[in-house]
Amino acid sequence: MLCTMIYEGKQRIWSEYQKDIPDDRWYYVRSCIRQNFFPASEKMFTEITRNVLGKDIYETPHHTTCGGIAYHCDTIPQETAMTIVARQFALMTEAGYENYCPSCITSFGNYVEILETWREYPELEARIREDLWKACRREFNKPRYLAHSSDLIYRWRNEIAAKATHKLVNGRTGEPLRIVEHIGCHYAKMFPSKGVGGAEYPYVLAGMIESWGGQVVDYPERRHCCGYGFRQYHVKANRGYSMSNTYKKFESMEPFHPDAIITNCPGCPYFLDRWQYVIAEQTGKTYGENGFGIPVLTYEELAGLVLGYDPWDLGLQLHQVAVEPLLDKMGVEYDPSAKYLGLNREDIMRPELPGSIKCF
Amino acid sequence: MKNLFEELNRDYRFKEGFHNCINCGTCTAVCPAAEFYKYDPRKIVDTVQTRDDAQIEALLKSETIWYCGECMSCVTRCPRKNRPGLVVMALRDLSIRLGYFTESEKGRQMLPLTHIMTDNILKYGYCIHPKSFRWEDHKESGPVWKWHTEHLEKSLERQGANYMGEGPGILRKIPQESLDELKAIFDVTGGTQRIRIVEEYSRKKAAEMGQSIQEYERNAFENSSDIHFNE
Repeated sequence: MLCTMIYEGKQRIWSEYQKDIPDDRWYYVRSCIRQNFFPASEKMFTEITRNVLGKDIYETPHHTTCGGIAYHCDTIPQETAMTIVARQFALMTEAGYENYCPSCITSFGNYVEILETWREYPELEARIREDLWKACRREFNKPRYLAHSSDLIYRWRNEIAAKATHKLVNGRTGEPLRIVEHIGCHYAKMFPSKGVGGAEYPYVLAGMIESWGGQVVDYPERRHCCGYGFRQYHVKANRGYSMSNTYKKFESMEPFHPDAIITNCPGCPYFLDRWQYVIAEQTGKTYGENGFGIPVLTYEELAGLVLGYDPWDLGLQLHQVAVEPLLDKMGVEYDPSAKYLGLNREDIMRPELPGSIKCF
Repeated sequence: MKNLFEELNRDYRFKEGFHNCINCGTCTAVCPAAEFYKYDPRKIVDTVQTRDDAQIEALLKSETIWYCGECMSCVTRCPRKNRPGLVVMALRDLSIRLGYFTESEKGRQMLPLTHIMTDNILKYGYCIHPKSFRWEDHKESGPVWKWHTEHLEKSLERQGANYMGEGPGILRKIPQESLDELKAIFDVTGGTQRIRIVEEYSRKKAAEMGQSIQEYERNAFENSSDIHFNE
Protein backbone atom coordinates (compact mmCIF):
# COMPACT_ATOMS: atom_id res chain seq x y z
CA MET A 1 0.00 0.00 0.00
CA LEU A 2 2.78 2.39 1.03
CA CYS A 3 4.78 1.44 -2.08
CA THR A 4 1.76 2.20 -4.30
CA MET A 5 1.31 5.58 -2.63
CA ILE A 6 4.98 6.44 -3.08
CA TYR A 7 4.87 5.39 -6.72
CA GLU A 8 1.71 7.43 -7.34
CA GLY A 9 3.33 10.39 -5.60
CA LYS A 10 6.35 10.11 -7.89
CA GLN A 11 4.07 9.89 -10.93
CA ARG A 12 2.50 13.20 -9.85
CA ILE A 13 5.94 14.79 -9.40
CA TRP A 14 7.05 13.51 -12.81
CA SER A 15 3.93 14.88 -14.46
CA GLU A 16 4.89 18.37 -13.25
CA TYR A 17 8.33 18.15 -14.83
CA GLN A 18 7.72 17.19 -18.42
CA LYS A 19 9.46 19.10 -21.17
CA ASP A 20 8.74 19.52 -24.85
CA ILE A 21 11.10 17.39 -26.91
CA PRO A 22 10.43 17.77 -30.65
CA ASP A 23 10.42 14.57 -32.66
CA ASP A 24 12.98 15.52 -35.32
CA ARG A 25 15.58 17.95 -36.77
CA TRP A 26 18.22 18.26 -34.06
CA TYR A 27 21.56 20.06 -34.16
CA TYR A 28 24.00 17.74 -32.35
CA VAL A 29 27.13 18.81 -30.46
CA ARG A 30 29.61 16.32 -29.04
CA SER A 31 31.04 15.87 -25.55
CA CYS A 32 34.76 16.30 -24.79
CA ILE A 33 34.76 13.58 -22.15
CA ARG A 34 32.56 11.07 -23.96
CA GLN A 35 34.60 11.33 -27.16
CA ASN A 36 37.67 10.40 -25.11
CA PHE A 37 36.34 7.75 -22.71
CA PHE A 38 33.26 6.23 -24.38
CA PRO A 39 33.66 7.20 -28.03
CA ALA A 40 31.45 4.43 -29.39
CA SER A 41 28.50 5.74 -27.35
CA GLU A 42 28.28 8.81 -29.56
CA LYS A 43 28.66 6.60 -32.62
CA MET A 44 25.74 4.54 -31.31
CA PHE A 45 23.66 7.67 -30.68
CA THR A 46 23.90 8.74 -34.30
CA GLU A 47 23.50 5.13 -35.50
CA ILE A 48 20.27 4.61 -33.52
CA THR A 49 18.75 8.03 -34.15
CA ARG A 50 19.65 8.30 -37.85
CA ASN A 51 19.69 4.73 -39.11
CA VAL A 52 17.28 2.89 -36.81
CA LEU A 53 14.78 5.69 -36.11
CA GLY A 54 15.30 7.77 -39.28
CA LYS A 55 15.80 11.13 -37.54
CA ASP A 56 17.61 14.20 -38.85
CA ILE A 57 20.62 14.68 -36.54
CA TYR A 58 23.02 17.29 -37.94
CA GLU A 59 26.65 17.85 -36.96
CA THR A 60 29.23 20.32 -38.22
CA PRO A 61 32.99 19.71 -37.87
CA HIS A 62 33.35 23.38 -36.84
CA HIS A 63 31.74 23.01 -33.44
CA THR A 64 34.14 22.87 -30.51
CA THR A 65 34.11 22.30 -26.77
CA CYS A 66 31.52 24.44 -25.01
CA GLY A 67 34.23 25.21 -22.45
CA GLY A 68 32.04 23.86 -19.63
CA ILE A 69 34.72 21.78 -17.93
CA ALA A 70 37.23 24.62 -18.06
CA TYR A 71 34.54 26.95 -16.70
CA HIS A 72 33.79 24.63 -13.77
CA CYS A 73 37.54 24.27 -13.15
CA ASP A 74 37.43 28.09 -12.82
CA THR A 75 40.05 28.48 -15.55
CA ILE A 76 38.03 30.67 -17.91
CA PRO A 77 35.87 33.69 -17.07
CA GLN A 78 32.09 33.47 -17.40
CA GLU A 79 32.16 35.87 -20.35
CA THR A 80 34.55 33.59 -22.25
CA ALA A 81 32.37 30.54 -21.58
CA MET A 82 29.27 32.42 -22.71
CA THR A 83 30.87 33.63 -25.92
CA ILE A 84 32.08 30.13 -26.84
CA VAL A 85 28.47 28.99 -26.39
CA ALA A 86 27.21 31.95 -28.43
CA ARG A 87 29.47 30.76 -31.27
CA GLN A 88 27.98 27.27 -31.01
CA PHE A 89 24.50 28.81 -31.32
CA ALA A 90 25.67 30.83 -34.34
CA LEU A 91 26.78 27.61 -36.07
CA MET A 92 23.34 26.11 -35.37
CA THR A 93 21.63 29.19 -36.74
CA GLU A 94 23.77 29.17 -39.90
CA ALA A 95 22.92 25.48 -40.44
CA GLY A 96 19.18 26.27 -40.32
CA TYR A 97 18.34 24.38 -37.12
CA GLU A 98 16.56 25.51 -33.95
CA ASN A 99 16.57 22.36 -31.79
CA TYR A 100 19.88 22.03 -29.96
CA CYS A 101 21.11 18.71 -28.55
CA PRO A 102 24.35 18.47 -26.54
CA SER A 103 25.80 15.04 -25.78
CA CYS A 104 27.34 16.24 -22.52
CA ILE A 105 25.55 16.94 -19.22
CA THR A 106 28.07 19.59 -18.17
CA SER A 107 27.34 21.26 -21.51
CA PHE A 108 23.60 20.87 -21.06
CA GLY A 109 23.81 22.52 -17.63
CA ASN A 110 26.07 25.20 -19.07
CA TYR A 111 23.62 25.98 -21.90
CA VAL A 112 20.64 26.09 -19.51
CA GLU A 113 22.51 28.33 -17.06
CA ILE A 114 23.56 30.70 -19.82
CA LEU A 115 20.11 30.93 -21.43
CA GLU A 116 18.48 31.51 -18.02
CA THR A 117 21.10 34.13 -17.08
CA TRP A 118 20.52 35.95 -20.37
CA ARG A 119 16.75 35.83 -19.77
CA GLU A 120 17.28 37.43 -16.36
CA TYR A 121 19.94 39.92 -17.50
CA PRO A 122 19.32 40.94 -21.13
CA GLU A 123 22.17 43.47 -20.96
CA LEU A 124 24.60 40.56 -20.50
CA GLU A 125 23.24 38.79 -23.58
CA ALA A 126 23.70 42.03 -25.53
CA ARG A 127 27.33 42.24 -24.38
CA ILE A 128 28.01 38.64 -25.39
CA ARG A 129 26.49 39.32 -28.82
CA GLU A 130 28.92 42.23 -29.20
CA ASP A 131 31.84 40.06 -28.02
CA LEU A 132 30.96 37.35 -30.53
CA TRP A 133 30.72 39.86 -33.34
CA LYS A 134 34.09 41.40 -32.42
CA ALA A 135 35.80 38.01 -32.16
CA CYS A 136 34.15 36.00 -34.94
CA ARG A 137 31.85 38.27 -36.96
CA ARG A 138 28.98 35.92 -36.21
CA GLU A 139 25.38 36.38 -35.04
CA PHE A 140 23.01 33.86 -33.52
CA ASN A 141 19.47 32.89 -32.62
CA LYS A 142 18.93 31.14 -29.35
CA PRO A 143 17.70 27.55 -29.63
CA ARG A 144 13.94 27.13 -29.63
CA TYR A 145 14.33 23.79 -27.85
CA LEU A 146 17.23 22.49 -25.80
CA ALA A 147 17.41 18.80 -24.90
CA HIS A 148 20.18 16.52 -23.76
CA SER A 149 20.83 13.48 -25.94
CA SER A 150 19.44 11.27 -23.15
CA ASP A 151 16.19 13.28 -23.40
CA LEU A 152 16.00 12.23 -27.04
CA ILE A 153 16.56 8.55 -26.30
CA TYR A 154 13.92 8.90 -23.56
CA ARG A 155 11.58 10.49 -26.13
CA TRP A 156 12.08 7.51 -28.43
CA ARG A 157 12.39 4.79 -25.75
CA ASN A 158 9.18 3.02 -26.73
CA GLU A 159 10.16 2.97 -30.41
CA ILE A 160 13.43 1.35 -29.33
CA ALA A 161 11.50 -1.11 -27.14
CA ALA A 162 9.35 -2.03 -30.14
CA LYS A 163 12.49 -3.00 -32.09
CA ALA A 164 14.19 -4.75 -29.15
CA THR A 165 15.86 -8.12 -29.57
CA HIS A 166 16.81 -8.30 -25.89
CA LYS A 167 14.99 -7.13 -22.79
CA LEU A 168 16.39 -6.07 -19.44
CA VAL A 169 15.30 -9.40 -18.05
CA ASN A 170 17.36 -12.15 -16.47
CA GLY A 171 17.04 -14.96 -19.01
CA ARG A 172 17.65 -17.61 -16.37
CA THR A 173 15.09 -16.47 -13.79
CA GLY A 174 12.70 -14.44 -15.94
CA GLU A 175 12.95 -11.59 -13.39
CA PRO A 176 13.49 -7.96 -14.46
CA LEU A 177 17.13 -6.88 -14.11
CA ARG A 178 17.76 -4.47 -11.24
CA ILE A 179 19.22 -1.31 -12.71
CA VAL A 180 20.63 1.70 -10.88
CA GLU A 181 20.10 4.96 -12.73
CA HIS A 182 22.67 7.67 -12.07
CA ILE A 183 21.85 11.16 -13.33
CA GLY A 184 24.60 13.69 -13.91
CA CYS A 185 24.33 16.49 -11.35
CA HIS A 186 24.15 19.27 -13.93
CA TYR A 187 21.19 17.68 -15.69
CA ALA A 188 18.58 19.13 -13.33
CA LYS A 189 20.01 20.03 -9.92
CA MET A 190 20.48 23.66 -10.95
CA PHE A 191 17.27 24.04 -12.97
CA PRO A 192 14.89 21.19 -12.05
CA SER A 193 12.25 22.28 -14.57
CA LYS A 194 14.67 21.68 -17.45
CA GLY A 195 15.01 17.93 -16.83
CA VAL A 196 12.48 15.18 -17.48
CA GLY A 197 11.04 14.44 -14.02
CA GLY A 198 12.87 17.24 -12.19
CA ALA A 199 15.84 16.92 -9.83
CA GLU A 200 14.58 14.68 -7.01
CA TYR A 201 13.00 11.95 -9.13
CA PRO A 202 14.37 12.39 -12.64
CA TYR A 203 12.56 10.06 -15.01
CA VAL A 204 14.82 10.33 -18.03
CA LEU A 205 16.75 7.10 -17.38
CA ALA A 206 14.10 5.43 -15.21
CA GLY A 207 11.74 5.70 -18.19
CA MET A 208 14.21 3.87 -20.43
CA ILE A 209 14.75 1.12 -17.84
CA GLU A 210 11.02 0.54 -17.41
CA SER A 211 10.32 0.65 -21.12
CA TRP A 212 13.03 -1.92 -21.83
CA GLY A 213 11.83 -4.38 -19.18
CA GLY A 214 14.07 -3.64 -16.19
CA GLN A 215 13.40 -2.58 -12.63
CA VAL A 216 14.72 0.69 -11.21
CA VAL A 217 16.71 0.35 -7.98
CA ASP A 218 16.01 2.96 -5.32
CA TYR A 219 18.75 3.38 -2.72
CA PRO A 220 19.68 6.06 -0.17
CA GLU A 221 22.50 7.79 -2.06
CA ARG A 222 20.75 7.69 -5.42
CA ARG A 223 21.12 11.42 -5.98
CA HIS A 224 24.67 11.74 -4.59
CA CYS A 225 27.31 13.03 -6.99
CA CYS A 226 29.66 10.45 -8.57
CA GLY A 227 32.50 12.59 -7.24
CA TYR A 228 33.86 14.11 -10.45
CA GLY A 229 34.13 17.57 -8.92
CA PHE A 230 36.04 18.97 -11.95
CA ARG A 231 39.24 20.23 -10.21
CA GLN A 232 38.76 17.41 -7.69
CA TYR A 233 39.64 14.96 -10.46
CA HIS A 234 41.76 16.86 -12.97
CA VAL A 235 44.32 17.74 -10.29
CA LYS A 236 46.06 14.55 -9.26
CA ALA A 237 46.41 15.66 -5.63
CA ASN A 238 42.61 15.87 -5.23
CA ARG A 239 41.47 12.53 -6.59
CA GLY A 240 40.72 11.06 -3.15
CA TYR A 241 37.64 13.33 -3.16
CA SER A 242 36.43 11.76 -6.36
CA MET A 243 36.96 8.17 -5.26
CA SER A 244 35.45 8.72 -1.79
CA ASN A 245 32.16 9.87 -3.27
CA THR A 246 31.98 6.89 -5.61
CA TYR A 247 32.75 4.66 -2.62
CA LYS A 248 29.85 6.19 -0.70
CA LYS A 249 27.47 5.43 -3.56
CA PHE A 250 28.60 1.82 -3.94
CA GLU A 251 28.36 1.15 -0.20
CA SER A 252 24.82 2.53 -0.34
CA MET A 253 23.66 0.53 -3.38
CA GLU A 254 25.41 -2.74 -2.44
CA PRO A 255 22.56 -4.20 -0.34
CA PHE A 256 20.19 -3.85 -3.33
CA HIS A 257 22.36 -6.10 -5.55
CA PRO A 258 22.13 -4.12 -8.80
CA ASP A 259 22.78 -5.99 -12.05
CA ALA A 260 24.00 -2.84 -13.78
CA ILE A 261 24.19 0.94 -13.57
CA ILE A 262 23.25 3.34 -16.35
CA THR A 263 24.23 6.97 -16.49
CA ASN A 264 23.54 10.00 -18.67
CA CYS A 265 26.60 12.04 -17.75
CA PRO A 266 30.00 11.92 -19.49
CA GLY A 267 32.16 11.61 -16.40
CA CYS A 268 29.93 9.43 -14.22
CA PRO A 269 30.31 6.14 -16.14
CA TYR A 270 34.08 6.63 -16.20
CA PHE A 271 34.31 7.32 -12.45
CA LEU A 272 31.80 4.67 -11.37
CA ASP A 273 33.68 2.17 -13.54
CA ARG A 274 37.29 3.10 -12.77
CA TRP A 275 36.94 3.79 -9.05
CA GLN A 276 35.49 0.27 -8.63
CA TYR A 277 38.81 -0.97 -10.00
CA VAL A 278 40.80 1.29 -7.64
CA ILE A 279 38.66 0.39 -4.60
CA ALA A 280 39.27 -3.29 -5.41
CA GLU A 281 43.01 -2.66 -5.77
CA GLN A 282 43.18 -0.76 -2.49
CA THR A 283 40.79 -2.77 -0.30
CA GLY A 284 40.09 -6.00 -2.16
CA LYS A 285 36.37 -5.21 -2.14
CA THR A 286 34.19 -5.81 -5.20
CA TYR A 287 30.51 -4.96 -5.51
CA GLY A 288 29.23 -7.42 -8.13
CA GLU A 289 28.79 -11.18 -7.84
CA ASN A 290 31.70 -13.64 -7.62
CA GLY A 291 34.50 -11.10 -7.61
CA PHE A 292 33.16 -9.02 -10.50
CA GLY A 293 32.23 -5.35 -10.31
CA ILE A 294 28.86 -3.86 -11.23
CA PRO A 295 28.87 -3.02 -14.95
CA VAL A 296 28.36 0.70 -15.65
CA LEU A 297 26.89 1.60 -19.03
CA THR A 298 25.90 4.71 -20.90
CA TYR A 299 22.27 4.84 -22.03
CA GLU A 300 23.38 4.40 -25.65
CA GLU A 301 25.35 1.29 -24.76
CA LEU A 302 22.29 -0.15 -23.03
CA ALA A 303 20.03 0.84 -25.94
CA GLY A 304 22.53 -0.84 -28.30
CA LEU A 305 22.38 -4.09 -26.32
CA VAL A 306 18.56 -3.94 -26.30
CA LEU A 307 18.64 -3.46 -30.07
CA GLY A 308 21.00 -6.42 -30.58
CA TYR A 309 24.27 -4.72 -31.49
CA ASP A 310 27.56 -6.55 -30.94
CA PRO A 311 28.93 -5.50 -27.52
CA TRP A 312 32.37 -4.85 -28.99
CA ASP A 313 30.84 -2.54 -31.63
CA LEU A 314 29.36 -0.64 -28.68
CA GLY A 315 32.85 -0.14 -27.20
CA LEU A 316 32.21 -2.18 -24.05
CA GLN A 317 35.80 -3.45 -24.19
CA LEU A 318 36.95 -0.01 -22.97
CA HIS A 319 35.31 -0.60 -19.58
CA GLN A 320 37.58 -1.71 -16.75
CA VAL A 321 34.69 -3.48 -14.99
CA ALA A 322 33.75 -6.60 -16.96
CA VAL A 323 30.39 -6.32 -18.73
CA GLU A 324 30.12 -10.05 -19.49
CA PRO A 325 27.99 -10.89 -16.39
CA LEU A 326 25.33 -8.49 -17.67
CA LEU A 327 25.58 -9.83 -21.24
CA ASP A 328 25.11 -13.36 -19.92
CA LYS A 329 22.06 -12.40 -17.88
CA MET A 330 20.48 -10.65 -20.89
CA GLY A 331 21.32 -13.56 -23.17
CA VAL A 332 23.43 -11.38 -25.48
CA GLU A 333 25.67 -13.47 -27.75
CA TYR A 334 29.29 -12.34 -28.06
CA ASP A 335 32.65 -13.64 -29.16
CA PRO A 336 35.05 -13.44 -26.18
CA SER A 337 38.07 -13.79 -28.47
CA ALA A 338 37.03 -10.68 -30.44
CA LYS A 339 36.87 -8.36 -27.43
CA TYR A 340 40.16 -6.57 -27.94
CA LEU A 341 40.58 -6.95 -31.71
CA GLY A 342 40.95 -3.91 -33.92
CA LEU A 343 38.99 -3.12 -37.05
CA ASN A 344 38.71 -6.10 -39.43
CA ARG A 345 39.83 -8.37 -36.58
CA GLU A 346 43.34 -6.90 -36.54
CA ASP A 347 45.41 -8.07 -33.56
CA ILE A 348 46.27 -5.04 -31.40
CA MET A 349 47.28 -7.07 -28.34
CA ARG A 350 45.33 -7.21 -25.08
CA PRO A 351 45.37 -5.22 -21.84
CA GLU A 352 46.80 -6.77 -18.71
CA LEU A 353 44.10 -8.04 -16.39
CA PRO A 354 43.78 -6.44 -12.95
CA GLY A 355 44.46 -8.77 -10.05
CA SER A 356 41.78 -7.67 -7.63
CA ILE A 357 38.61 -7.44 -9.70
CA LYS A 358 37.56 -10.17 -12.09
CA CYS A 359 37.90 -9.22 -15.73
CA PHE A 360 38.27 -10.94 -19.11
CA MET B 1 38.72 48.81 -6.25
CA LYS B 2 35.36 49.01 -4.46
CA ASN B 3 34.93 46.97 -1.33
CA LEU B 4 35.04 43.21 -1.74
CA PHE B 5 31.34 42.60 -1.19
CA GLU B 6 30.47 45.15 -3.86
CA GLU B 7 33.02 43.58 -6.15
CA LEU B 8 31.41 40.15 -5.63
CA ASN B 9 28.02 41.67 -6.28
CA ARG B 10 29.08 42.63 -9.80
CA ASP B 11 29.33 38.94 -10.67
CA TYR B 12 26.10 37.58 -12.20
CA ARG B 13 26.59 34.26 -10.41
CA PHE B 14 26.72 36.08 -7.11
CA LYS B 15 23.64 38.17 -7.96
CA GLU B 16 21.76 34.93 -8.67
CA GLY B 17 23.32 32.82 -5.96
CA PHE B 18 23.36 35.04 -2.89
CA HIS B 19 20.28 35.87 -0.83
CA ASN B 20 19.78 36.01 2.89
CA CYS B 21 20.97 32.78 4.50
CA ILE B 22 19.07 31.36 7.49
CA ASN B 23 21.99 29.11 8.47
CA CYS B 24 19.90 25.95 8.33
CA GLY B 25 22.87 23.91 7.05
CA THR B 26 20.93 21.99 4.39
CA CYS B 27 23.65 22.80 1.84
CA THR B 28 26.31 21.32 4.11
CA ALA B 29 24.23 18.22 4.83
CA VAL B 30 23.99 17.29 1.13
CA CYS B 31 27.45 18.50 0.08
CA PRO B 32 29.86 15.81 -1.26
CA ALA B 33 32.84 18.05 -0.42
CA ALA B 34 31.73 18.56 3.19
CA GLU B 35 32.08 14.86 3.96
CA PHE B 36 35.59 14.69 2.59
CA TYR B 37 37.15 18.06 3.37
CA LYS B 38 36.93 20.35 6.39
CA TYR B 39 34.31 22.23 4.46
CA ASP B 40 31.05 23.91 5.32
CA PRO B 41 29.30 25.86 2.54
CA ARG B 42 26.87 27.27 5.13
CA LYS B 43 29.78 29.09 6.79
CA ILE B 44 30.93 30.48 3.46
CA VAL B 45 27.56 32.06 2.72
CA ASP B 46 27.29 33.23 6.33
CA THR B 47 30.72 34.87 6.14
CA VAL B 48 29.81 36.62 2.92
CA GLN B 49 26.57 37.93 4.36
CA THR B 50 28.49 39.75 7.11
CA ARG B 51 29.61 42.04 4.26
CA ASP B 52 32.80 42.44 6.32
CA ASP B 53 35.79 43.04 4.05
CA ALA B 54 38.37 41.59 6.44
CA GLN B 55 36.43 38.34 6.74
CA ILE B 56 35.80 38.15 3.00
CA GLU B 57 39.48 38.78 2.27
CA ALA B 58 40.45 35.95 4.65
CA LEU B 59 38.00 33.71 2.78
CA LEU B 60 39.50 34.66 -0.59
CA LYS B 61 42.95 33.68 0.68
CA SER B 62 41.76 30.46 2.36
CA GLU B 63 41.83 26.80 1.37
CA THR B 64 38.08 26.62 1.96
CA ILE B 65 36.79 28.11 -1.26
CA TRP B 66 38.71 25.54 -3.33
CA TYR B 67 37.09 22.46 -1.75
CA CYS B 68 33.78 22.68 -3.63
CA GLY B 69 33.31 20.28 -6.57
CA GLU B 70 30.69 22.53 -8.28
CA CYS B 71 28.20 19.66 -8.47
CA MET B 72 25.49 22.15 -7.43
CA SER B 73 23.67 19.67 -5.20
CA CYS B 74 23.23 22.57 -2.76
CA VAL B 75 21.29 24.57 -5.35
CA THR B 76 18.37 22.16 -5.45
CA ARG B 77 17.86 21.98 -1.72
CA CYS B 78 18.30 25.49 -0.26
CA PRO B 79 14.95 26.61 1.17
CA ARG B 80 15.84 30.27 0.58
CA LYS B 81 16.95 29.87 -3.04
CA ASN B 82 20.58 30.51 -2.27
CA ARG B 83 23.06 28.87 -4.60
CA PRO B 84 26.22 28.36 -2.53
CA GLY B 85 27.97 26.69 -5.48
CA LEU B 86 27.54 29.86 -7.54
CA VAL B 87 28.73 32.01 -4.61
CA VAL B 88 31.88 29.86 -4.46
CA MET B 89 32.44 30.35 -8.20
CA ALA B 90 32.24 34.13 -7.73
CA LEU B 91 34.62 33.99 -4.75
CA ARG B 92 37.13 31.94 -6.76
CA ASP B 93 36.90 34.35 -9.66
CA LEU B 94 37.64 37.31 -7.40
CA SER B 95 40.44 35.43 -5.59
CA ILE B 96 42.10 34.81 -8.96
CA ARG B 97 41.70 38.38 -10.17
CA LEU B 98 43.25 39.74 -6.96
CA GLY B 99 46.06 37.17 -6.89
CA TYR B 100 44.89 35.86 -3.50
CA PHE B 101 44.66 32.29 -4.86
CA THR B 102 48.40 31.73 -4.39
CA GLU B 103 48.01 32.08 -0.61
CA SER B 104 46.51 28.58 -0.30
CA GLU B 105 47.75 25.15 -1.35
CA LYS B 106 44.49 24.34 -3.15
CA GLY B 107 44.40 27.77 -4.76
CA ARG B 108 47.90 27.24 -6.19
CA GLN B 109 46.41 24.37 -8.21
CA MET B 110 45.08 27.08 -10.54
CA LEU B 111 48.37 27.04 -12.47
CA PRO B 112 48.38 23.39 -13.61
CA LEU B 113 44.60 23.43 -14.04
CA THR B 114 44.71 26.54 -16.21
CA HIS B 115 47.43 25.02 -18.36
CA ILE B 116 45.63 21.69 -18.75
CA MET B 117 42.28 23.20 -19.70
CA THR B 118 43.23 26.23 -21.75
CA ASP B 119 46.03 24.43 -23.63
CA ASN B 120 43.54 21.74 -24.65
CA ILE B 121 40.96 24.30 -25.75
CA LEU B 122 43.34 26.51 -27.70
CA LYS B 123 45.45 23.72 -29.26
CA TYR B 124 42.77 21.13 -29.99
CA GLY B 125 39.32 22.70 -29.43
CA TYR B 126 38.48 20.21 -26.65
CA CYS B 127 38.66 20.44 -22.83
CA ILE B 128 40.09 16.90 -22.73
CA HIS B 129 42.21 15.42 -25.51
CA PRO B 130 44.07 12.11 -25.96
CA LYS B 131 47.33 13.92 -26.74
CA SER B 132 47.46 15.43 -23.24
CA PHE B 133 45.55 12.87 -21.13
CA ARG B 134 48.62 10.78 -20.22
CA TRP B 135 48.10 7.37 -18.65
CA GLU B 136 51.10 8.08 -16.38
CA ASP B 137 49.10 10.91 -14.77
CA HIS B 138 45.92 8.81 -14.61
CA LYS B 139 46.83 5.34 -13.45
CA GLU B 140 43.36 5.01 -11.93
CA SER B 141 42.12 4.64 -15.51
CA GLY B 142 43.36 1.08 -15.27
CA PRO B 143 45.27 -1.39 -17.44
CA VAL B 144 42.55 -1.23 -20.09
CA TRP B 145 43.31 2.46 -20.59
CA LYS B 146 47.05 1.81 -20.70
CA TRP B 147 46.38 -0.64 -23.53
CA HIS B 148 44.02 1.82 -25.22
CA THR B 149 46.55 4.66 -25.15
CA GLU B 150 49.36 2.39 -26.35
CA HIS B 151 47.23 1.44 -29.38
CA LEU B 152 45.37 4.73 -29.57
CA GLU B 153 44.77 5.09 -33.28
CA LYS B 154 43.81 1.44 -33.85
CA SER B 155 41.62 1.35 -30.76
CA LEU B 156 39.83 4.58 -31.67
CA GLU B 157 39.40 3.32 -35.23
CA ARG B 158 37.66 0.23 -33.80
CA GLN B 159 35.44 2.52 -31.73
CA GLY B 160 34.27 4.34 -34.84
CA ALA B 161 36.14 7.58 -34.13
CA ASN B 162 37.44 9.98 -36.77
CA TYR B 163 40.57 10.72 -34.71
CA MET B 164 42.34 13.84 -35.99
CA GLY B 165 40.52 13.36 -39.29
CA GLU B 166 38.80 15.89 -41.55
CA GLY B 167 35.02 16.37 -41.45
CA PRO B 168 32.59 15.60 -38.63
CA GLY B 169 32.83 12.77 -36.11
CA ILE B 170 34.32 11.65 -32.84
CA LEU B 171 37.62 13.35 -31.89
CA ARG B 172 37.86 14.91 -35.35
CA LYS B 173 40.54 17.53 -35.97
CA ILE B 174 38.90 20.89 -35.28
CA PRO B 175 39.58 23.07 -38.34
CA GLN B 176 42.26 25.74 -37.82
CA GLU B 177 39.83 28.58 -38.61
CA SER B 178 37.61 27.38 -35.74
CA LEU B 179 40.61 27.25 -33.37
CA ASP B 180 41.46 30.79 -34.50
CA GLU B 181 37.95 31.86 -33.53
CA LEU B 182 38.36 30.33 -30.06
CA LYS B 183 41.60 32.27 -29.65
CA ALA B 184 39.86 35.48 -30.72
CA ILE B 185 37.08 34.81 -28.19
CA PHE B 186 39.71 34.34 -25.45
CA ASP B 187 41.35 37.63 -26.46
CA VAL B 188 38.11 39.63 -26.55
CA THR B 189 36.46 38.24 -23.41
CA GLY B 190 39.31 38.14 -20.90
CA GLY B 191 40.24 34.46 -21.28
CA THR B 192 43.78 35.26 -22.44
CA GLN B 193 44.21 37.87 -19.72
CA ARG B 194 43.05 35.31 -17.14
CA ILE B 195 45.83 32.92 -18.20
CA ARG B 196 48.40 35.72 -17.85
CA ILE B 197 47.11 36.70 -14.39
CA VAL B 198 47.35 33.11 -13.13
CA GLU B 199 50.86 32.73 -14.58
CA GLU B 200 52.15 36.06 -13.24
CA TYR B 201 50.92 35.61 -9.67
CA SER B 202 52.11 31.98 -9.69
CA ARG B 203 55.61 33.00 -10.86
CA LYS B 204 55.76 35.56 -8.07
CA LYS B 205 54.67 33.01 -5.47
CA ALA B 206 57.06 30.35 -6.76
CA ALA B 207 59.96 32.80 -6.32
CA GLU B 208 58.76 33.65 -2.82
CA MET B 209 58.68 29.92 -2.00
CA GLY B 210 62.13 29.38 -3.49
CA GLN B 211 60.87 27.03 -6.20
CA SER B 212 61.27 27.05 -9.94
CA ILE B 213 57.96 27.55 -11.72
CA GLN B 214 58.16 23.96 -12.98
CA GLU B 215 58.62 22.61 -9.43
CA TYR B 216 55.80 24.83 -8.18
CA GLU B 217 53.45 23.60 -10.91
CA ARG B 218 54.31 19.91 -10.41
CA ASN B 219 53.94 20.22 -6.62
CA ALA B 220 50.57 21.91 -7.00
CA PHE B 221 49.39 19.13 -9.35
CA GLU B 222 50.66 16.15 -7.37
CA ASN B 223 50.97 16.92 -3.69
CA SER B 224 48.49 17.43 -0.92
CA SER B 225 49.16 18.05 2.75
CA ASP B 226 47.01 16.48 5.48
CA ILE B 227 45.42 19.72 6.65
CA HIS B 228 42.37 19.48 4.39
CA PHE B 229 40.63 16.33 5.46
CA ASN B 230 37.94 15.45 7.95
CA GLU B 231 38.95 13.08 10.73
